[in-house]
Amino acid sequence: MDATLKKQLEITATKVRLGIIEGVYNAKSGHPGGSLSIADLLTYLYFAKLNVYPDKPDEASRDRFVLSKGHTAPALYSTLAQKGFFPEDELKSLRHIGALLQGHPCIHIPGVDMSSGSLGQGVSVAAGMALSAKYQGADYKVYTVLGDGEIQEGQVWEASMFAAHYKLDNLVMIVDNNGLQIDGKVSDVMSPYPIVDKFKAFGLHVIEADAHDFDSLDKAFNEAETVCGQPTVIVMKSTKGKGVSFMEDNVSWHGTAPNAEQYAQAVEELTAHLKELEG
Amino acid sequence: MADVKKIATRESYGNALAELGDKYDKLVVLDADLAAATKTGIFKKKFPDRHFDCGIAESNMMSVAAGMAATGLIPFASTFAMFAAGRAFEQVRNSIGYPHLNVKIGATHAGISVGEDGATHQCNEDIALMRTIPGMTVINPADDTEARAAVEAAILHEGPVYMRFGRLAAPVINDPATYKFELGKGVQLRDGKDIAIFATGLMVGEAIEAAKTLADEGIDAAVINIHTIKPIDEDIIVKNAQKCGVVLTVEEHSIIGGLGSAVADVLTAKCPTKQFRIGVNDEFGHSGPAVDLLKEFGLCAENIVAKAKEAVKAK
Repeated sequence: MDATLKKQLEITATKVRLGIIEGVYNAKSGHPGGSLSIADLLTYLYFAKLNVYPDKPDEASRDRFVLSKGHTAPALYSTLAQKGFFPEDELKSLRHIGALLQGHPCIHIPGVDMSSGSLGQGVSVAAGMALSAKYQGADYKVYTVLGDGEIQEGQVWEASMFAAHYKLDNLVMIVDNNGLQIDGKVSDVMSPYPIVDKFKAFGLHVIEADAHDFDSLDKAFNEAETVCGQPTVIVMKSTKGKGVSFMEDNVSWHGTAPNAEQYAQAVEELTAHLKELEG
Repeated sequence: MADVKKIATRESYGNALAELGDKYDKLVVLDADLAAATKTGIFKKKFPDRHFDCGIAESNMMSVAAGMAATGLIPFASTFAMFAAGRAFEQVRNSIGYPHLNVKIGATHAGISVGEDGATHQCNEDIALMRTIPGMTVINPADDTEARAAVEAAILHEGPVYMRFGRLAAPVINDPATYKFELGKGVQLRDGKDIAIFATGLMVGEAIEAAKTLADEGIDAAVINIHTIKPIDEDIIVKNAQKCGVVLTVEEHSIIGGLGSAVADVLTAKCPTKQFRIGVNDEFGHSGPAVDLLKEFGLCAENIVAKAKEAVKAK
């Protein structure tokens, strides 16, 4: 990847992380851990991959994105705000009464292509959008992000079977493999492993990637575009809470908001990182 | 009713889809390995490229339909009522209902008249489940004429629609030449002053029969067909309740949460009236020929007559 673009993505991803912390802190609830683990991915998608138009959010030819792991809405909202779909200030009223930004993604929010949050359903919706594109002869692509805990849901495998059966090569699924879910390690709660072999057995093209390395993401998504006749799943190894030292790889940050002190520390760390990047 | 033409409304559903496919190019059909039973196979034969089998995976099918609707198509997701409203309830609520997507759910094999397959497949809860979802339209047509018209009305209505069809051949009571389907409007089939009988689906024909017998016995019963359970026609309910002073609801569905409950919701708020109910009581069905089961569970003209007499006495 071009060094200038990569630097720009790193800067944007840090701003996205600041927005996540801002949103969850002001909401006094929400899911910072899994939001931070997909911050780089969403930054890559919205600033280097997807054809989307903040001034025309409903443009029919746009690529579609479904956040199947809907509880990490703060990451999506923060990314959409950076992209210009709505003002960054909206993040401060996340989850408040009368606010635009609901606790989980809602289709009525500019830039949000589907309501989601009940795990396992978003991936089926994305498959439906991909089949619809094939049927209508449209050339948009559909991307959807699942949690590694989410793939414990049987519907994910119904959807995978369906996507492979209908040869949906315009669908890219991404599994955020941060290894943690509410009750602990995914391997302890209900092991989904071996993830790669399972998706291969279901007929998907599987690519492994590093969720926090833009070169690795770029390589994976470019490869996905060359795949014909089958859907792709990118299994990306990530760190839950990535970017905030005390949240990293710590399951207690799955669904907890920081207090004032923790908020200040997270903002300080991210701001320092941002200054470093901006030189 | 030996010389009355009988057609199962699931058959009407399949035929309507096949007929309307030419007129509405956004119409596509999804099924879950039941195309031969839901009769979407009729559509598939005519439009093989617009019929998508999802295999035995109803939850996925409902969310796939949502994705297709979100990208401009009008998908009809078809399976048995038990699986559409039961198994996939949460997908219907969250993938279709919450985003208010333009998905049409064709639920066949509703009610106890599924017959021999028994309790696991006799869905008596679907109207109750579907009417709790905000923005969901719920239609339970009475015969072939109404079922076909309902399918087109569902296409023309923007938003999610649940349509309930039966397996058993039902008498054709509406004249296709003159019948006009109005979403959300009850149909006054007979005026009366002694009792108002509100019926839906397969029970409409039975209610008409019952009213004839009641007339012979000096009881003047009004018969109202409520094909749209949600939104329900409040005016026709209040008007008939006021005129008759006692109400009887008849449905091939649990007495909990279906037509009886929907009518009661209106009456308690707008016109408190003594109400009697016929439906499947709080129990599961069992195997047997459909017609015998309907009789056993009191879903027949004879029982409507008996219950109506009891109701009139209690006025």
